[in-house]
Amino acid sequence: MRQVIIVGSGPAGYTAAIYAARANLNPLVIASSVEFGGELMKTTEVENFPGFPDGVMGPDLMVKMQEQAEKFGAEIVYDDVTKLELEGDVKRVTLGNGDVHEALTIIYATGSAYRKLGLDDETRLSGYGVSWCATCDGAFFKQKKVAVIGGGDSALEEATFLTRFADIVYLVHRRNKLRASAALQDRAFADPKIQFLWNKEVAHVYGDEKVTGIGLLDTETGEEKTLDVTGMFVAIGADPRTHLIHDQLELTAEGTIKVDGRSSRTNVEGVFAAGDVIDPTYKQAATAAGSGVVAALDAEKYLAELSPELLALATTPAEAAAV
Amino acid sequence: MSTAKDVTDATFQTEVLDSEKTIMVDFWAEWCGPCRAVGPILDQIAAEHSEKLSIVKLNVDDNPETAMKYGITSIPAMKVYRGGEVVKTVIGAKPKPALEADLAEFLA
Repeated sequence: MRQVIIVGSGPAGYTAAIYAARANLNPLVIASSVEFGGELMKTTEVENFPGFPDGVMGPDLMVKMQEQAEKFGAEIVYDDVTKLELEGDVKRVTLGNGDVHEALTIIYATGSAYRKLGLDDETRLSGYGVSWCATCDGAFFKQKKVAVIGGGDSALEEATFLTRFADIVYLVHRRNKLRASAALQDRAFADPKIQFLWNKEVAHVYGDEKVTGIGLLDTETGEEKTLDVTGMFVAIGADPRTHLIHDQLELTAEGTIKVDGRSSRTNVEGVFAAGDVIDPTYKQAATAAGSGVVAALDAEKYLAELSPELLALATTPAEAAAV
Repeated sequence: MSTAKDVTDATFQTEVLDSEKTIMVDFWAEWCGPCRAVGPILDQIAAEHSEKLSIVKLNVDDNPETAMKYGITSIPAMKVYRGGEVVKTVIGAKPKPALEADLAEFLA
């Protein structure tokens, strides 16, 4: 049995792992089989993470965090959690390969998943012109016309990235103003390849085997027009990944895990949450990292107050070998 | 990333389309994070089912002709070929159990 199991391997999970490992809590990180490293694995240049004045590639940053956690003794398992049992003093985590791990505390840092528009044809044409990852799929749209749906940071980052390949990038936003940061807005407005389509919602995605166009509804006039594009990149935000725990942990109205004040404490003793899964507002790599620190320190404090009998259950492999 | 054998525009006909075995091609690229994530899982599946299914990989940057011919617009894309025809397409990095479920008819 472990003292700490961390579920998730984005900035929150790995930062919690660094702190927990340095506190000799011998954390086990369940990193996921294909989404380890989290959302930053799908980004290119990260310019706003402190300490990197020349920027850093998202995947490189995550590999460094992973190495830093491992350096201090965190163990990482590349599998997916299929079941969590959080009640009681001993928590149980079941993995995709059938392994069951037990721990006195859980730090839950699963981040968020891309939101879909909710159209049937969006799902049908996913991978055939509909994409949620410009860095993965942008290169297949050389000299094509594509649309990016959304008005936040990720929409503008995707649009700017796609201008490397596409001839025209339409930025489709349902309002007449962007939510994205000023730096990203300035860059996008100055880009001759990006055309802004304001007050438009995607009503249809057209195409039999591949996307051939999208139907845009004008939110002011109610008129629908077809835009000829072969690619549609959806960047309308993300929802917290709570499907494993939604009937075990209390959630907020926004769907994030409810924590006590500025702490990471959930409504279940010994279960802590960190990163985007508790954050409906900021959702930055740096805020997630900070949130991971909070969770590791909260878990450490909780463990320090447990009875010696319980703590004795959680011998580390090294201690067990030494006995 | 996967340690599977590379196929290219030049070898695709002989090694994939003319193959007598059922063969799956993993369309991938260096810059594709999810491709690197799913590679080791494909290696495991290949090792566990080598009798039934061969898995090879094709770098879409180095081999644009084949990628374009098969309409690749999203990677990783995994296409199963039998008798020169695509009989199954799986798109996106997925955990091993999900991939095994998608490919069940070729692994059993």
